[in-house]
Amino acid sequence: MLTEIAVFAPLAGAVFAGLGRPALGKQGAIWVSILLMVVSAVAGVADFYQYEVTGGGWAPLHLAIWVSVGSFTPDWALRQDTLSLVVVAMVSVVSMLIHVYSAGYMAHDKTVPRFFAYLSLFTFAMLMLATANNLLQLFFGWEGVGLVSYLLIGYWYEKPSANAAAIKAFIVNRVGDLAFAVGIALTYLVFNTIDFDGIFAAVPAHLADKYALFGSVFPALEVIGVLLFIGAMGKSAQIVLHTWLADAMEGPTPVSALIHAATMVAAGVFLVVRMSPLLNHAPGALSFVTFIGATTALFAGTVGCVQNDIKRIIAYSTCSQLGYMFLAAGLGAYPVAMFHLINHAFFKALLFLAAGSVIHAMSDEQDIRKMGGLGRKLPITYGVMLCGALALAGIPPFSGYFSKDAILGAAFATHTSMGFYGWACGVFTAGLTAFYISRLFLLTFHTESRVAPEVAAHVHESPVTMLGPIVLLAFGALSSGFLLRNAFIGHGFAAFWGASIAVDPNSIMTQIDGIPAWAAMSPLAAGIVGIGVAAWFYILAPEMPARAAARFNGLYLFLLNKWYFDEVYDALLVRPALRLAKLIWHVGDEQMIDGVPNGLAHLTADASSQTVKLQTGSIALYAFIMLVGLLGFLSLFLWIR
Amino acid sequence: MGVGFPILSLMIFLPLVGVAFLATLRGDEAAVARNARWGALWSSVVSLGLGIFLWLKFDPSVAGYQFAESDTWLSGLDVQYRVGVDGISLFLVELTVFLSPIAILASWSITRRVRDFMIFFLLLESVTLGMFCATDFVIFYIFFEAVLIPMYFIIGIWGGERRIYATVKFFLFTMAGSVLMLVALVWMWHNAGSTDLTVLTRTKIPPDVQTWLFVAFLASFGVKAAVWPLHTWLPDAYAEAPLPGTIMLAAVLSKMGAYGFIRFAVPMLPQASQAAAPLMFALGVVAVIYISLVALAQTDMKRLVAYSSVAHMGVIVIGIFTFTVEGIEGALFQMLSHGIIIAGLFVCTGVLLSRGEDTALSRLGGLAAVMPVFATLLMLFSLASMGLPGTSGFVGEILVIVGAMKVNFWVSLLGGMGMVLGAAFMLVMLRAVLFDKFTRPGLESLKDLRPAEYAMLVPLAVMTLWLGIYPVSFTHIFDGPVTALVQAHVAAVQPAAVLPAAVQPGVAVAMETK
Repeated sequence: MLTEIAVFAPLAGAVFAGLGRPALGKQGAIWVSILLMVVSAVAGVADFYQYEVTGGGWAPLHLAIWVSVGSFTPDWALRQDTLSLVVVAMVSVVSMLIHVYSAGYMAHDKTVPRFFAYLSLFTFAMLMLATANNLLQLFFGWEGVGLVSYLLIGYWYEKPSANAAAIKAFIVNRVGDLAFAVGIALTYLVFNTIDFDGIFAAVPAHLADKYALFGSVFPALEVIGVLLFIGAMGKSAQIVLHTWLADAMEGPTPVSALIHAATMVAAGVFLVVRMSPLLNHAPGALSFVTFIGATTALFAGTVGCVQNDIKRIIAYSTCSQLGYMFLAAGLGAYPVAMFHLINHAFFKALLFLAAGSVIHAMSDEQDIRKMGGLGRKLPITYGVMLCGALALAGIPPFSGYFSKDAILGAAFATHTSMGFYGWACGVFTAGLTAFYISRLFLLTFHTESRVAPEVAAHVHESPVTMLGPIVLLAFGALSSGFLLRNAFIGHGFAAFWGASIAVDPNSIMTQIDGIPAWAAMSPLAAGIVGIGVAAWFYILAPEMPARAAARFNGLYLFLLNKWYFDEVYDALLVRPALRLAKLIWHVGDEQMIDGVPNGLAHLTADASSQTVKLQTGSIALYAFIMLVGLLGFLSLFLWIR
Repeated sequence: MGVGFPILSLMIFLPLVGVAFLATLRGDEAAVARNARWGALWSSVVSLGLGIFLWLKFDPSVAGYQFAESDTWLSGLDVQYRVGVDGISLFLVELTVFLSPIAILASWSITRRVRDFMIFFLLLESVTLGMFCATDFVIFYIFFEAVLIPMYFIIGIWGGERRIYATVKFFLFTMAGSVLMLVALVWMWHNAGSTDLTVLTRTKIPPDVQTWLFVAFLASFGVKAAVWPLHTWLPDAYAEAPLPGTIMLAAVLSKMGAYGFIRFAVPMLPQASQAAAPLMFALGVVAVIYISLVALAQTDMKRLVAYSSVAHMGVIVIGIFTFTVEGIEGALFQMLSHGIIIAGLFVCTGVLLSRGEDTALSRLGGLAAVMPVFATLLMLFSLASMGLPGTSGFVGEILVIVGAMKVNFWVSLLGGMGMVLGAAFMLVMLRAVLFDKFTRPGLESLKDLRPAEYAMLVPLAVMTLWLGIYPVSFTHIFDGPVTALVQAHVAAVQPAAVLPAAVQPGVAVAMETK
């Protein structure tokens, strides 16, 4: 019962907030959705507590049939295992805090019930994703969060940049989703079911299955693993499909905190962990996960070091931290990935909300070059931001330290080349992370004030509806690491996760603590060095950054332009596609295909000047035959395959 | 199975009663117009009532045609007036009677020769229902052709500026295809000695003849289903037809082709269909990718929606020729869902047109601020069109992807490209219509939906969600006939052509059926 309440209360909230404005009034609609979100959070946490107390082993709650065609029979159901319920508890709590925060942050917005309807709807979709009992319902939640993300990025729809970012987010996600959908289809082909229990039970019977692709033969489980992971790459903004995340910062800041930091972007990691019983038998796919994760962590870390928009820095940091989670998951250390996921949800939501508090105080200024010296004017924001920054930088006893260390420990303990690649990227990135978050922190709160005078007059601490949630999250960032460590990745981890995560008995989970001291200490050391460099650059020798940028101008521009991914995609994909679209419309449809009937019509209509018309008609005919030939080749290709 | 009276004939000919009533209307022009509108609406609502009754009485567990009627017509030739519905035709009948009242509501904006319009419209409803109910090939052919006549006048008289061009093109394309089907019809009649569909389906046809018959069917049904490259009549016809005509064309009549493939080509010509499958996949994939790109380049909302329709037809064609339960049911579901979504999208364009706006994308924008309900509904239909889970569009799309995967990875992936490209052009359209700032003065004074517009859009929206969240209410109706169709097909083509089993070894990629 608690699970249903936790999942469906947000849906009710969305409906009330979306349709109830005439009856409830603006404030009424908002507070009803907040109230229902509180209900959801209480139910979510109580549900998890009860699950732990009763010892677990709950059956999925069947709600209704969804699709039933042949043996393709996914249901609407709520899965209740540790993995699902941990995520439900986390999502409902974080979402509830962000709802409360938004009441303050969005107070001056004209259509604020719409904002709350979206937030609640998002929460519902995310909870459906977490409690899915089959791949198709997971996909429902997956696309649902993608949709609401689109709506929220484009919330201020008068802004052209927001609209462009929203469309970009949706389409880039859709590229990943297509791979996901095809992965679902292949799963069904191999297993003849897409229910999780059915798939996982049948994995041993399909270890030797082969699938022919690209003129070669691959293990079927590897192909499934890679396809599903491509979906995860889209949602979790991993390198190649990451370009949407930074632009998504066009949305209101609470959105960035909820969707683009704490919950939605973690869905990819959740998917990989959820599919662990299958992925354990797809070592190639797992190596790919590790490689992409480690590379993304490094890539996004480097880019984060030179950005100037406070939200974009945190966005790249999100991208980078998700890379860490994939790095861990790819190594088979799924519990560690989940540990970091939960810790990250708290401290990253905290960072975004604190950044929102700064932006609020600064009358919507987001450029950290125009801040400085805000620490004294915003003491509470200063304090909580410090907590978040230290957690992100991996300084004990804050939460990031525990999970990041465990990830890198696991990477080192594998003793494989991929593991070492992950470790090296991870340690270097730990330094970068500490550097960019310290840079953000110092440029915002310390250093000389560079605030424009007209803005400076209005700088004020945020209202209590905003500060309350941030302070609570700060406690989370401080404590979630050592409170959850034992359960999540300690000796009892296997009992805690139960059957919800399949951890190989010989996996590196047991070896994390056995690595040499120097290796175990290096992430923390890198973090301290990063902080030190930031302090040197921005406090002790403020002229250094400019000199470094000038000295290494090429590198600086490369990073400032985010490795030129956007430019390359634009030149190679977007503009050619649009040009091709115009070309095939005007030439393909209007001239070639219509040329034939139009030419024939001319022929019959005006038989007297046949000879002349025949020639204009026949050019179209030749072109048409070319098109038919192309089609022939395509058919042949599909036939032979 | 029966209800004690000839319900199908009643449904088919009831609109003709409406026609007769409208023909007798006298009085001044305004009164005739008003009575014609209400008369037509009532006629279609009664048909809808009969349709619901039919649905309730239909027994999905019974195979074969139900409510069957037959009457001697051309005695000695075994051509009879035979009608009946099975799970496949039933839902097309339902779609027709569901959309007719909505289309008639949409024709309230027509002010010129209202009575004539309504007469042609009811004629159209009548022959459309006749075509879907026919279980005799000659009867089917007559209705199939007869659909052209009212449509020809509806576009030609009440259409837009280029209506004559569009009408001629529409007529030439479809006629050319139909003539070939007539030849096929005569041959099959001669071969089987009957035109009863059940007899025709049982009668074996030599594979080499099947090829020629398939070509004839492809020409006819391909044009109707707007299979690439036979599609170019469609954007012109959709764009130039008056709104109710567009709705019927896009939502119902475009299904004639796909219905023909499922009813005739696949069961009667199994070997030829199997052999042509790669070609049909290629056509479907080209439709999805090529047409989606063309849609992306459109500058007019109505044409963009028209092209989106062609792209969906590509998905339907792919689904049919997978010869799997998932694929064919996906195709059928997509037909149903597409009918509802496209009607919703065209009604939304009609909402703008009735406010005196044109539908050029560059002249719209920012409407979300002044028309929030309209914006919500347009967004719902657009999202459904791009296959968002929870809406009807997704169920058909994923079933086709799943079915196609049983045949070929690339068909599945490329056929699914609509997920990306469809999102691209739909989101571009939504932005141009609803978002950004007003592009010109006048837009900010537009009013949100009127009651009649609610009456059109809300049922469509409800259906979109119902189909998306609980599709079983519909799939269980055509589960039986599709399963039978697939089994018959597999039995007919084996062992001549076994589906390529890409997964090996051990995994039997058998078409499991319940």
